[in-house]
Amino acid sequence: MKNDAELIPYGSQTVGPFFHLGLTDPYSIRTIAGPLVKGERVRLVCTIYDGEGTVLPDAMVEIWQANAEGKYNHPEDTQEKPLEPEFRGFGRLASDAMGVCIFETIKPGRVPSWTNISQAPHFVISVFARGVLKRLATRAYFAGETANAEDPVLALVPQERRETLMAQPDASHPGTWRFNIRLSGEKETVFFDI
Amino acid sequence: MTLGSANPPAELSKSNQGSGSGSGPREKESKPIRSYRRLDPNTQPPLLYPPYRSTVLRAPRKPLVLLPHTLSEVTGPVFGQDEIAENDNDLTRHHLGEPIGERISVSGKILDENGRPVPNALIEIWQTNACGRYFHRVDQHPAPLDPNFTGCGRTLTDASGNYRFVTIKPGAYPWRNHPNAWRPAHIHFSLFGTAFTQRLVTQMYFPDDPLFPFDPIYNSIPDEKARKRLVCDFKLELTEPEWSLGFQWDIVLRGQEGTPFEE
Repeated sequence: MKNDAELIPYGSQTVGPFFHLGLTDPYSIRTIAGPLVKGERVRLVCTIYDGEGTVLPDAMVEIWQANAEGKYNHPEDTQEKPLEPEFRGFGRLASDAMGVCIFETIKPGRVPSWTNISQAPHFVISVFARGVLKRLATRAYFAGETANAEDPVLALVPQERRETLMAQPDASHPGTWRFNIRLSGEKETVFFDI
Repeated sequence: MTLGSANPPAELSKSNQGSGSGSGPREKESKPIRSYRRLDPNTQPPLLYPPYRSTVLRAPRKPLVLLPHTLSEVTGPVFGQDEIAENDNDLTRHHLGEPIGERISVSGKILDENGRPVPNALIEIWQTNACGRYFHRVDQHPAPLDPNFTGCGRTLTDASGNYRFVTIKPGAYPWRNHPNAWRPAHIHFSLFGTAFTQRLVTQMYFPDDPLFPFDPIYNSIPDEKARKRLVCDFKLELTEPEWSLGFQWDIVLRGQEGTPFEE
């Protein structure tokens, strides 16, 4: 360690405009769950907008999720639920020229919360981009899901802003869910201090 | 348990009945969550930092919602050694010839703020070549590309949290943030610790760079000591005679609350 070192977590810096070189060009993960993974198939279409409603063609989105049983493929998850070895639960993509990232996955199950009510199905999401100095953390829930009403995380969000955390079903493409991430502006997405 | 197991445990079937219904399932006993310590805002850049112009349209203005940590935050993707190829951490060996520039090693240890090494952490890096040019379609800086240097690498920390890269020293380059803006030489670092809370993307700088006072990205971190932690140290003892200059950069990630140094 440096001589003046205290054990203080290091500062974040922007991912910049050239992250594709080290991250998504060599190591994109579009398919979070392949066809063998059980669960309801979901195509998650994320579109990222800036404060003027312009799409970001240079963002990176990372998804972290539980399997259909509501278990994370991670040693801290000690729930007695089955794991599928081929399901890591992680995806990451650079946005395309239209500001879009499309993930192929399954609907996650409910995972525990700090209350005795489980969380509603959700994806945990990180957003990185040029002009974003530190990772933005948000979540995507499924609009219309009954469990949303009792989700303890959604309960922390002001009622009028909860809609920004809802992926919406695409009526003409069953299984496709659209999630808009608005970094700023009137309908700014809720981001979490984690 | 394998994918094909037809009969899930009885209690699991039961607990799933609540899914999607009005009354949520009761949790089965499992290990309590150990939350991660909160970050000191002085050690992190703000989201809105107008000297870095691109933040203006891309920074949320509404307050972040404080989230107690759940399993979703204290877990994160796990990566394996089988995903790393032999020369992934030696950026000078990705082409037939040697890249132009000062050959360097960058090595160090990843620790959490409780002083515990973070093993099996995925580190990914990217950088310019010695002339300050990225091998990237968007980079139009009129400096030469090096056919022997792509500028990306990855590695996993070992059981003691140690990592090591061999590369060439990157160059400074101009950008359009303000008149005559130049980025100090840096290597981008992307780190996955063991949890979503520990995810960190940052940049490592080199000692005594004269561009530090003029760079809004570096200066976006309010606390001077915290800024200086992003600068690596030159180490003669890590320098290989007649081969490469040695730089050391240890990295501290967030740690869990109530975790003593020794368990």
